Amino acid sequence: MKISIKALSCAALATLFSLPSAQAADEVNIYSYRQQFLIQPLLDAFTEETGIATKVVFAKKGLLARLKHEDKNSPADVLLTSDIGPLYDAVEQGLTQPIRSEIIDRNVPAKYRDPAHQWVGLTSRSRIIYASKERVEAGEISRYEDLTDPKWKGRICTRSGKHTYNLSLIGSMIAHKGEAETKQWVEGLKANLARKPQGNDRAQVKAVKEGVCDIALGNSYYFGKMITNDKKPEQIEWAQSVNLIFPNQDDRGAHMNISGAAITKYAPHPAAAQKLIEFLTTEKAQKLYAEVNFEFPVRPGTERSELLNKYMGEFKEDAINLQKVAEQRSAAAKLADQVGFDN
Amino acid sequence: MKALPLAPSLLPPRSNRHPGLMRWYLSTWLTAALVALPVLSVFYLALFPKENIWPHLVDTVLPVYVWTTLQLLLGVGTLAVFLGVATAGLVTLCQFPGRRIFEWALLLPFAVPAYVIAYIYTDLLEYAGPLQGLLRELFGWHSARDYWFPEIRSLGGAILMLALVLYPYVYLLARASFLEQSNSLRDASRMLGCSGWTSFLRITLPIARPAIAVGLALVSMETLNDFGTVDFFAVKSLSAGIYDTWLNMGNLGGAAQIASLMMIFVVMLISLERIARARQKQYHGSDRFQALNTIRLRGWKAAAAFSLCGAPVLFGFLLPVIVLAGYASDHLDQLWQQDFLSYASHSFSLSVMAALCTIAIALLLAYSKRLHQKRSLQHAANLSSLGYAMPGAVLAIGVIIPLAAFDNAVDQWLSSHFGISTGLLLSGTTFAIVFAYSVRFLAVSTGAIDSSLSKVTPSMDMAARSLGHNPMQTLLRVHLPLIRGGILTAGLVVFVDCMKELPATLILRPFNYDTLATFVYQYASDEMLEECALAALLIVLVGVIPVILLSRTITATRQQKVS
Repeated sequence: MKISIKALSCAALATLFSLPSAQAADEVNIYSYRQQFLIQPLLDAFTEETGIATKVVFAKKGLLARLKHEDKNSPADVLLTSDIGPLYDAVEQGLTQPIRSEIIDRNVPAKYRDPAHQWVGLTSRSRIIYASKERVEAGEISRYEDLTDPKWKGRICTRSGKHTYNLSLIGSMIAHKGEAETKQWVEGLKANLARKPQGNDRAQVKAVKEGVCDIALGNSYYFGKMITNDKKPEQIEWAQSVNLIFPNQDDRGAHMNISGAAITKYAPHPAAAQKLIEFLTTEKAQKLYAEVNFEFPVRPGTERSELLNKYMGEFKEDAINLQKVAEQRSAAAKLADQVGFDN
Repeated sequence: MKALPLAPSLLPPRSNRHPGLMRWYLSTWLTAALVALPVLSVFYLALFPKENIWPHLVDTVLPVYVWTTLQLLLGVGTLAVFLGVATAGLVTLCQFPGRRIFEWALLLPFAVPAYVIAYIYTDLLEYAGPLQGLLRELFGWHSARDYWFPEIRSLGGAILMLALVLYPYVYLLARASFLEQSNSLRDASRMLGCSGWTSFLRITLPIARPAIAVGLALVSMETLNDFGTVDFFAVKSLSAGIYDTWLNMGNLGGAAQIASLMMIFVVMLISLERIARARQKQYHGSDRFQALNTIRLRGWKAAAAFSLCGAPVLFGFLLPVIVLAGYASDHLDQLWQQDFLSYASHSFSLSVMAALCTIAIALLLAYSKRLHQKRSLQHAANLSSLGYAMPGAVLAIGVIIPLAAFDNAVDQWLSSHFGISTGLLLSGTTFAIVFAYSVRFLAVSTGAIDSSLSKVTPSMDMAARSLGHNPMQTLLRVHLPLIRGGILTAGLVVFVDCMKELPATLILRPFNYDTLATFVYQYASDEMLEECALAALLIVLVGVIPVILLSRTITATRQQKVS
């Protein structure tokens, strides 16, 4: 047994320390909240164009804490997130540095950039209402505020109120209408739920198809993911069972969220980091980035994919700066607790 | 409770102790402190919350979190103890068709990660799944409103999933304990008129109680630190509260406070387990080499025994593996991709390293305690076991803090004195992951090694020492061979646990570094289990090999014969 343990440890050590060294001249290191398979095609395109290599650590939580404690020796250059939340937290904790780039300022509208230049939005998506084609008439619902109407009692599905997408929606309500009114809205929505909040956004649309409920809240890109899902054709059926409703078109517009990027405070390769973010706002990357996940390009005038045009034409976006929404996230989380939204 | 009498000291009077012994004492404390660093870091974080979260929590969701957690613990604990003890009793003390297969097969569910089994059963049991589809076909129902079906995404579902993959801890320990028991006590009880069943309840079970308590403690700690399953099933336990406070309210300090509170649960569990074990001062019985008497079951009894043992194997292992294999068959080409092999080798090497580390540390702690018979060393051991119950992502932050502080201090010192910048030496390397695994799973290996070492009679030490061996030689030449089984058990269990570990690996890993588990997570977190089924299957299959080895080690401790 002794020999086998020795052999095992040697083998294990050999694999452990055969890692390539972390320091190379032209590279950019990324802490990513987005799955690697979503961003890899873009990173490959970036490397091909600039010769700058990329390295990624993906995790859905904890990367900010890692960055914070690694402090000025952190190897990370860029943060990529799938939501405004972590960008806002990173700025709050002083983990970012300003991005000064005319290219970016030209490519990205102001509402998707931090007023203090600490973060940049790269793609956008809307949180929309999915309504059953069979059981909900056209025009029967058109605003987020309508979700509290008692006629929807027992007919609405959503994921956890504590999920970051719902927190952003609640946060935007607080930013627009104040906490008291928003609390009433959350209570009204809770009262209309068909079941305890659970599952992801896709699961809500599925529940509509299955007759558990008639209306679901979900991010817009899930529709694209479902309607094109040849590997799981049942998802195409789910998507076909619903109409997409972009809410509040006659007033403030549909709630938007972004995936985005920031440069870390102590980035060892700040120039390469900026190049990457600039690249991600170019026409080519915007098309690619948006399409891989059926999101909307933030760069105005970027040609949208056929699919997006077919199902989601032009619509009115909420013009509020996302910074204001992000500021309300903590309040939104507490509000969801007070209402007992997930219970 | 009265202080327990300590076993006779293995040492000469204080005046003529070997100076080398001090080294054991110091290195034990040093190691324990090192292992406790991440947990202490979390306590430290708890001192600096962004705001006082408690008024809000107490007013709103805390009662729900606590109540849910208690229900979860009670449910998983009860079910795991029932399954573990009943099946261990059947395969150890009875004869029935299939017994020899069940001996090892009952351990198999241990190799299946809880998050994977949760995904699979949701696929199978939800509305769109095959079972409900079949029922609708049979009865002509049209929509979810036509009939009632138990919701898998519920507290009950979470209890079932966790118990299915965690009961093997109880099975493992209960079986080992049943095998060690002497025939004579049971023979005596049978002669005094007890039936086989009464004799099991009144003799066998009470003797095995400490071992079962250890198993229960492990199950409970795994349940407490689980986040993947409860999150997927929308069950609001304390770990949900921790992540919510941390990520949604941006209050890591507040989250650390909840985690620290949870440690109270754990301290209670650990002391429960220690108390239970301290009362078991039994050294190996004299009839250990005599075959264990068993009872032959026939007819319906044999059928019942077969079903009881078959059910957890079927639902905890066979069914999930068949489903995974079905998904994976479409993606077999992945197997030949270079990346995939590297994920597998990362998982394997990290797990082997962590298993060896935990064995070494557990040996040091257990043996040093034996040498010194000091309470303080027991506290050291307790302190170092705490990591097991902490949610993985929180523990990962606890690992980052001291490692990064060390790295930054070294860098600072070297660059100010010699102008050399070393950057991060340990953070973001595989060392950090192995360290995290060791901290997390030390409790498992300490349990196994401590209990097998405590069964070696002190006269062995005395004999070895009087024949001129120093403590180290005694350990290497006397104890190690005697507790080989315990060491192997510890190593194998830790290995399988590490193969499955996810949250700490995700956060701590180097750039462009994936293990099988992180690869699975990338897709599974988006409910695309098909894409990564092959990797999930590989985690399970790699885990099966040690599990079978484990079973053989245990079986080898004792022969069984039909009486």
